[in-house]
Amino acid sequence: MASGTVTSSEYISHHLTNLTFGNHPDHGWSLAHSAQEAAEMGFWAINVDTMGWSIALGVLFTWLFRKVAKTATSGVPGSTQNFVETIIEFVDENVKGIFHHKNDLIAPLSLTIFVWIFLMNTMDLIPVDWIPFIAGEMGVHFMKVVPTTDVNATAGMALSVFALILFYSIKQKGLGGFLAELSFQPLGKWMLPFNLFLELVGLLAKPISLALRLFGNMYAGEMIFILIALLPFWAQWVLSVPWAIFHILVITLQAFIFMVLTIVYMAMAYDHH
Amino acid sequence: MNINLTIIGQAIAFFIFVVFCMKFVWPPITAALAERKKKIAEGLDAADRAERDLQLAQEKATENMRKGKEEAAAIIEQANKRANQIIEEAKEKAVEEAGRVKAAATAELEQEVNQAREALRGQVAALALAGAEKILEASIDETAHAQLVEKLAAEL
Repeated sequence: MASGTVTSSEYISHHLTNLTFGNHPDHGWSLAHSAQEAAEMGFWAINVDTMGWSIALGVLFTWLFRKVAKTATSGVPGSTQNFVETIIEFVDENVKGIFHHKNDLIAPLSLTIFVWIFLMNTMDLIPVDWIPFIAGEMGVHFMKVVPTTDVNATAGMALSVFALILFYSIKQKGLGGFLAELSFQPLGKWMLPFNLFLELVGLLAKPISLALRLFGNMYAGEMIFILIALLPFWAQWVLSVPWAIFHILVITLQAFIFMVLTIVYMAMAYDHH
Repeated sequence: MNINLTIIGQAIAFFIFVVFCMKFVWPPITAALAERKKKIAEGLDAADRAERDLQLAQEKATENMRKGKEEAAAIIEQANKRANQIIEEAKEKAVEEAGRVKAAATAELEQEVNQAREALRGQVAALALAGAEKILEASIDETAHAQLVEKLAAEL
């Protein structure tokens, strides 16, 4: 436990509150001092910790991969290049297996999704109190270090993917073709309203399920870590170690699922039904 | 757990990272991978070719060796033949020479025998004549009996 003076529920809610900067009705533009204040800021606020950590990890990803790309050789690869190539080939294989059209965006998109989400999820393995404690010592009250436990982060990516689904659907099939696909199946043109309803629900379910699946998994995992952290310090390892080891699987799996579903949705946008 | 601007901020960051990845990360690495794949394929190809070449060279070498052996055998055979021929020729020549020498010797011998005989005949004639002269003393007319003596000498 971070300190003996806070109650368990305070500890948990403290760990689940983002560092939010926004326009509070009473205090103007400022950092929120509580979860309630953050909620009162409404839409025009930004989670500084989510943005900071995700961008830092994204920069780490692009820096590492760019470094390899600049010196990439077709000869004997160094260990870093080998590592990067393994990831790239893994992603490329998945893309080639699912998406059979010519598109230069899908593979880099999938790579970014996989590695970036993986890195953001990996923040979960850092003991839950370390970074918030350091931030607290530096005068920052809230610090949520796992960006994917913020629904804004996952929804932001899912909505980007959704935008791409719409863009490529219309680009490949034309606006009429896309609307026809939504209207005239599965039951033929006499059931148009029903078809439209069904297809629209199916369409909207794609980004929502993408966002909530990742968010839910990571949020739940983080929650368990926080609950384990409530145990006496000498007993925590009994639960936290197995959970962390299991979580390595979850982290990778969720990044992989997000990537594969994105590829599948893109392939569906391209394919005519 | 509030939906706020972060959602748009994340989308923007995501967009930037994807574009960066698409422009500066993916193409060079996949190009390097493709090139390496090509190189490996070429290397394997070259190895295959080299193996084939080696096999061919070995076959050629074996063939050459076989040919060489055959040629050597033929040459030896020929040499043996030639040697035999030379020996035969030498033998023949020797026999011939021997025959020639023998013939010459025989001829010479014969000539000498003849000469000796002629000489002997002449001497016998003279001797007979002298003997007869001695026996008959003056009673013999040399010219009258010369023909007789000649005849006698020829009969010897």
